[in-house]
Amino acid sequence: MNIINIEHISKVYHLGIEEVHALRDVSLRIDKNEYLAIMGPSGSGKSTLMNMLGCLDTPTSGIYDFNGQSVSTMSDNELAKIRNKEIGFVFQTFNLLPRSDALHNVELPLVYAGLPYAERRERAEQTLIDVGLGDRIHHKPNELSGGQRQRVAIARALVSNPSIILADEPTGNLDSKIGEEIMQLFEEIHSKGNTIIMVTHEEYIAEHAARIIRLKDGLVEKDEIGSRGIIQKPKVATE
Amino acid sequence: MRNIVFEFKEGLLIAFRALRANKIRSALTMLGIFIGITVVVLMSTAIKGIDNSFQKGISALGSDVLYISKWQWFSNDDWWTMRNRKNIDMAQYEKFKNLVKLPLAIAPTTNSRRTVKYKDRRVESVFLNGSTSEYVKTTNFTFAQGRFYSDIESNSSRNVAVIGSEVAKSLFPRGDAMDKTIKIGGANFKVIGVLAEQGSVILGPFNPDNQVFIPIGTIFKNFESRHGRSITINVRAINPGMVADTKAEAEGIMRKVRGLRHNEVNDFSINQQEALMDQYNSVVGVIQIAGLFITGLSLFVGAIGIMNIMFVSVRERTREIGIRKAIGAKRRTILIQFLLESSTICLIGGAIGLLAAVILSMVVNQFIPTSVQVDAVIIALVVSLMTGVLAGIAPAYMAAKLDPVEALRYE
Repeated sequence: MNIINIEHISKVYHLGIEEVHALRDVSLRIDKNEYLAIMGPSGSGKSTLMNMLGCLDTPTSGIYDFNGQSVSTMSDNELAKIRNKEIGFVFQTFNLLPRSDALHNVELPLVYAGLPYAERRERAEQTLIDVGLGDRIHHKPNELSGGQRQRVAIARALVSNPSIILADEPTGNLDSKIGEEIMQLFEEIHSKGNTIIMVTHEEYIAEHAARIIRLKDGLVEKDEIGSRGIIQKPKVATE
Repeated sequence: MRNIVFEFKEGLLIAFRALRANKIRSALTMLGIFIGITVVVLMSTAIKGIDNSFQKGISALGSDVLYISKWQWFSNDDWWTMRNRKNIDMAQYEKFKNLVKLPLAIAPTTNSRRTVKYKDRRVESVFLNGSTSEYVKTTNFTFAQGRFYSDIESNSSRNVAVIGSEVAKSLFPRGDAMDKTIKIGGANFKVIGVLAEQGSVILGPFNPDNQVFIPIGTIFKNFESRHGRSITINVRAINPGMVADTKAEAEGIMRKVRGLRHNEVNDFSINQQEALMDQYNSVVGVIQIAGLFITGLSLFVGAIGIMNIMFVSVRERTREIGIRKAIGAKRRTILIQFLLESSTICLIGGAIGLLAAVILSMVVNQFIPTSVQVDAVIIALVVSLMTGVLAGIAPAYMAAKLDPVEALRYE
């Protein structure tokens, strides 16, 4: 079943008098329950593509259909609603609210969705339990380890039952052992039926995905089936 | 509609979280509004208190009383002209008294200042109010003890005195003034009455609490020469509605008594408490406006402080705003959140300021009268709230308009 359909998307930024073509002509179809990695060197447009997919930004030209709705023509408020209900973000730097506890961080999308207090508290707590943080729901981010923080962020992404999970270098700020735990968690989430789109520049992270989109200079260079687990992660000193 | 209410409630919770998260900054920001409101409310309670006190003092003197004198109160006219007017003397008063029909009471008055002593206590430079027994009928005086001097005492210039409440307090702290002999200047007077507190701090020596009332004859006998001295004739109308007519009659009679021809202007003035009130009102009006303006400035400074802090706060929380937007906060949601933050800071600061002002005005009341009005309270709270909204709107708008992608990139 098709969730995302992008046709001939372009994005042009104007920096002073210069024009930057972040995306030139990208077309993409993503189906439900896919596990997709987007790769590319710096400047290839992968961050821009992720912002497009996440409805954080609108394309300069082209069509973006999300679950049958035309996103490219949506207003700010409509985009906000889609982000709230259909998209779960996971960032490299976690991006949690530093002065709120885990529970409040996770319930925030539900607050903006208009859910009443009791219901959203219960759902948030359950989601935290699902990612293995049931005993840390009242900890603030600075009382959690890096891996735990990312789990909170993942719980936040999951709590509103979104259509897609968008992860931008989710293990970038974690050591390899913890990073692997997080990738395990993504496997679990994927196996439960969620659709995962992961932006990365590490091959061994991308190899967890079933499909790899490689970008270069704002265009899709390759759209290939990922070879799961074939390429091992580089050996690093442990303990 | 239900949505907005929900957003407000949630926004309020988020706002409180933000305030609690940064207690010191919130407290310091509140300080500006707190001081502003305290000062504004304190000033208005003081002005109101002084106003009340003045009104009370004035009413003790009677609003339906005319004061016929060669001098005009609050006049822009040439002092020299008035000085050169013929004096009003007791002879004219007697003639006047016999001819007028409308007044309720008429009394001649003159005054002097002397030190008043009792045993080893003294009050310096007391205002001596000399008149006839009718004088009390031209006032609204109430008595704590005793009575005013009588016709007989007045006509025979007996050395009897009625003392005001403050004079009594100074000379007779135990309240045993009645029938005692006090020394006024060098002369002995028997105390036959003590006035109740008429109550106006403002009028100073013209406050009856600070005066001593003696028969007019005793002034001429002991303290001042009756020649070369102009007296004032107090005239009380039957009721305030009769004042205009009483004044017209008095004017006509005075003109006759002083032998004015019909083409000559008045060589005397008929003063009314109203003139005093008008003068007072215009002065108080100016003080009120000036006071409110100055104290309003301090509130304005507080508001600028809030705006400043909110801008800083928005800038500092750019990342946070980006996160909120990424997970689905609409522009309006962010706007409401920050507006609520600035509003609650101001409302809380204002409420505390109000409390402080009320407490302070009780302290200040020891020195100048203050009066806390309900409408001042409501206005203070509304002003605090509005300050919060107005000061916060520009920063809140800026926050709402942030581009989520750039905001998330912000270091």
